[in-house]
Amino acid sequence: MMKKIATREAYGEALAELAKINDKVVVLDADLSKSTKTASFKEVCKERFINVGIAEQNMVATAAGLAAAGMIPFASSFAIFASGRAFEIVRNSVAYPKLNVKIAATHAGLTVGEDGATHQAIEDISIMRSIPNMTVINPADGVEAKAAILKIAEYNGPAYIRLGRSKVPVIFDEDTYEFEIGKGIQLSEGNDVSIIATGIMVSEALKAKDILEKENIKARVINIHTIKPIDEDIIIKAAKETGAIVTAEEHSIIGGLGSAVAEVVSEKAPALMKRIGVNDTFGESGDGSELLAKYGLTAEDIAKAAREIIANK
Amino acid sequence: MLKEKANVIRRDIIEMLYESKSGHPGGSLSACDIVTALYFKEMNIDPKNPKWEERDRFVLSKGHAAPVLYAALAEKGYFDKSELLKLRKTGAMLQGHPDMKGTPGVDMSTGSLGQGIAAANGMALAAKLQDKSYRVYTILGDGEVQEGIVWEAAMFSAHYKLDNLTAFVDFNGLQIDGKNEDVMGINPLDKKFEAFGWNVIKIDGHDFDQIIDAIEQSKNTKGKPTIIIAKTIKGKGVSFMEDQAGWHGKAPSQEETEIALKELGGVK
Repeated sequence: MMKKIATREAYGEALAELAKINDKVVVLDADLSKSTKTASFKEVCKERFINVGIAEQNMVATAAGLAAAGMIPFASSFAIFASGRAFEIVRNSVAYPKLNVKIAATHAGLTVGEDGATHQAIEDISIMRSIPNMTVINPADGVEAKAAILKIAEYNGPAYIRLGRSKVPVIFDEDTYEFEIGKGIQLSEGNDVSIIATGIMVSEALKAKDILEKENIKARVINIHTIKPIDEDIIIKAAKETGAIVTAEEHSIIGGLGSAVAEVVSEKAPALMKRIGVNDTFGESGDGSELLAKYGLTAEDIAKAAREIIANK
Repeated sequence: MLKEKANVIRRDIIEMLYESKSGHPGGSLSACDIVTALYFKEMNIDPKNPKWEERDRFVLSKGHAAPVLYAALAEKGYFDKSELLKLRKTGAMLQGHPDMKGTPGVDMSTGSLGQGIAAANGMALAAKLQDKSYRVYTILGDGEVQEGIVWEAAMFSAHYKLDNLTAFVDFNGLQIDGKNEDVMGINPLDKKFEAFGWNVIKIDGHDFDQIIDAIEQSKNTKGKPTIIIAKTIKGKGVSFMEDQAGWHGKAPSQEETEIALKELGGVK
């Protein structure tokens, strides 16, 4: 059975490691440290763990001040609050002055599950990628998440890291995986269709590739962990060589990965596209994987979109 | 001497606003004496080395009062005074609200109200975490305290015992739509901050002895942050601007500029 770990667990592990290797790192949380996993940092480095209480806006502005004074703050909360409630502070106090603040946004997407629509951030990629200076990262598994966190601690500038609540399959090998900001990763060869996925949808994309393979359709699967700056080269190449692209994200189809890919494709290498994501609707309470099925975000949904698009080539 | 400095800065504010044909004179003039006391008496800073790590920090939480900060920074020698007359112009260094990336001496980008005090907290906390002895000063507008984040931040400063933070409220009683108390009552502000765990000092914000004495008291207060509620007059120093909400965000005409400069002891 495939190993599974939530990307937020990896965040906790990465923070515990950062506590030891970087004395500039300071972790802020808004009363969710057990859920966001920043508690692992608190355990090993109590003095640099700052609980702000239930006050996400204040957390982000405080983080801006810490960064302005030379620290590397990781401000942590649920994605809906980090990107939504604190949006204008992220924009004006973090991104505009290009301060070295990392926004770690856990419980992103539909798979936060039972808490329902109020807690399901499905607009955050769209919101964050529209802000100048902001780097937006959405890891596919625990290995990538941990590597991404360690990498962005070294990167000097604002970054938004999107993490999930539920356990997801481990795709990458911890010993060999290397994370490079802004660099997409091709996971399979194929010229019939490209499946460009991000976050937890990367493992669904790989399953879709297997489904399609049985039908003699060869799909190229690409993992876009950095939505901004996006890897234009890998997208242009995919568009030119396969002529058909399906994007897949646990996010609204408006403004997220699908839109980012469409922006590149429409201007640089026109190709047929279909976007898999939440179709401009709010979510609801339920089991995470059941919700993915109900809202059309499964491997089968991706495969179906691929078949349709190939038929239209 | 501080009084003369403040007068020079007031004249610069009027001239720069006249040139830019937009900006905020009322709150710049009301905060002028506090800013002057900080930059020309209190703060441990080096205009030749604006990013000096050990420097005291200043955050203009009421960012629309940027002209008073710019005039003080130019007078202090952070940049050439000719920049002042390009305020708010396309391609100019001096933005409508403070930009820490573009202007030497600006420690935090502000303008969206309420965020500056939280950023000042972050800087004060960073000093504690890094065992540095610098102090952080911030000025809030009285209308600004209507923002919820101010109270989130006020709770934070007291909880983390940020005694290296001195905040001012430039209490001129007016905001864009009129008197604070008509728009959204903020009183009793002293009792509110007291209840939040702050050391509260009330002064006349145009009396240099009181301003300096209050800052000294804040430096000697251990274990809690200090708020200095400074009673000021919006538009202070220019007769027709004084205590007029209408001069919150409006530039003077040529005639008004001439009168204002004359009153401030200079000519255009």
